[in-house]
Amino acid sequence: MSLVRTSNVPLPEIPALVIPALGETLTMVGITMAIVVIVGVPLGAIVFNLAPGGLFPHRTAHVVLSWIISVGRSLPFLILMAAIIPFTRLLTGTNIGIPAAVVPMSIAGIAFFTRIVENSLRSVPTDRARVAIASGASPVQVIHRAQLAEAVPSIVGGLTINTIAMIEYSAIAGTIGAGGIGYVAVTYGYQRFDHAVMVTTIIILIATVALVQFIGDRLVRALTPAARTDLRRTDGRRSTRRAAVAA
Amino acid sequence: MIQLDKLTKAFGHGADATVVLDRLDFSVDSGEIFAVVGPSGAGKSTLAQCVTLLERPTSGRVVVNGEDLTALGEKHLRTARRRIGTVFQSDGLYARRTAAENVALPLEFLGVTKAGIRTRVAELLDRVGLADKAGHYPHQLSGGQRQRVGIARALALRPSVLLSDEATSGLDPDSTASIVELLKELRDELGLSILFITHEMDTVVQIADAVARLDHGRIVESGRIVELLRDPDSLLGSQLRPVRERQDAAAGEVAVDVVYVGDVPGGWLARISRELGTDVNLLGASVETVGAAAVGTARIGVPVHALDRALPLLQAAGLHASVVTASVTPDPEDAAPEASERELEVVA
Repeated sequence: MSLVRTSNVPLPEIPALVIPALGETLTMVGITMAIVVIVGVPLGAIVFNLAPGGLFPHRTAHVVLSWIISVGRSLPFLILMAAIIPFTRLLTGTNIGIPAAVVPMSIAGIAFFTRIVENSLRSVPTDRARVAIASGASPVQVIHRAQLAEAVPSIVGGLTINTIAMIEYSAIAGTIGAGGIGYVAVTYGYQRFDHAVMVTTIIILIATVALVQFIGDRLVRALTPAARTDLRRTDGRRSTRRAAVAA
Repeated sequence: MIQLDKLTKAFGHGADATVVLDRLDFSVDSGEIFAVVGPSGAGKSTLAQCVTLLERPTSGRVVVNGEDLTALGEKHLRTARRRIGTVFQSDGLYARRTAAENVALPLEFLGVTKAGIRTRVAELLDRVGLADKAGHYPHQLSGGQRQRVGIARALALRPSVLLSDEATSGLDPDSTASIVELLKELRDELGLSILFITHEMDTVVQIADAVARLDHGRIVESGRIVELLRDPDSLLGSQLRPVRERQDAAAGEVAVDVVYVGDVPGGWLARISRELGTDVNLLGASVETVGAAAVGTARIGVPVHALDRALPLLQAAGLHASVVTASVTPDPEDAAPEASERELEVVA
């Protein structure tokens, strides 16, 4: 019993243990999400427009691409991470640490986010694209202005979900020596029964996820004109009705 | 002007092909409003999409100001499409853009400078009467206002042809009337050729100079509005005439529907009664102004014994008459199916 107690981290030292770990988690998730957005947005737009009814429908290309994404989505993260270790080493020269964690996290994240972008684009009424084409837009302009720009609130909402999933993945990645808050929780809290560290990491994880969700919700609101002006809506309605009567 | 030359669109190939548009031929001159009407499924939306080449026609040509759009490749087509402004049924406004930003859209695609966009957008919003709504988002505008923004956007690139794809469908009568008024003004000011696709007969009478009825992908009837209204045998004409409540003929009388355009002097009913030496009863009537002409429709009850003499008299007075019921005393049960039949035609 005394042995276990002596191995516990003294309370005043917990911040020194947990704060750098939080930094590592945020670094891992931050780098991953940057890659996920840069690759996932165009990829999602391509998948969407390869499908029937898209700008450049192509059955074979769509099926192949869609299938690859589904494979990425179907493997549990732990297995995906282990399975692609040779690829990770090829890319980063290592199979431990933050760089090694970012590779599988990005792959899982891209597969996830591509579907989110595709789904968000589906929710944009198709007449928006038709308006753009009839107004003389190029395919890139249609994707940019008519599809992605109109889907921004929905994509940002999906990005929030994706970021939170990546925080969870980072904890799993911690087990291959990437560090981070999840690693601390597992090694100190779970393996050494250090309840104080365990509780601290749980609180930090809950707070981080809550903060990400809060920021995401705020962003979605700010990006949706109809939601943003909700409070003034009654006024707006009244004035439009008056205008309609006048007309 | 815009001209359709044997425009055909079929979906599918070979024996399974479904012909949606079958060799459509018509042209809309500058300053003319040409309406295409038809029930849903007649091919109206396919027609709208083929005119702007959003959907490639299977065969036939779409010619705008002498240029054959169907012969163009995708890149040139992008430029050529700018000569056709489109107003969509569902206004198609971008929810995350203000009215001004929506109108700016085609100018942005073209690559107009910011200053150029600002001037043109202000001009356009002012023209459609929404100068004070520039900063409003679509959800803050009424249906009629949204459609005005859609019209301003369609005109942004100074097209010579305006395609209105069910632009007034779903609007209340007041908004429809104001949109119709706006389109007529714009036609006069800018010399636009307006192709007005709709399923609403009421709106056609208000707006169009000429009309074609599309059914199962074919134009089954077409002509100038005034002439169609004058023609008692025209199905399109009868659908275009305003529907009013009419009473049934009393016993011993025969109901006669009468149509006239313009030049028939008022008081024709009294004159004919006098010449027949018996009273002719008015069962329902209306006079509407269509274009520049007054179109009158009436149902009169003529005593059976005077019917043979009445018809030539009506004809001589310049009125087109058609007998509604042959039976002397209309049995309500006989009359009912016919009435509902007429209603169906109007609804269709």
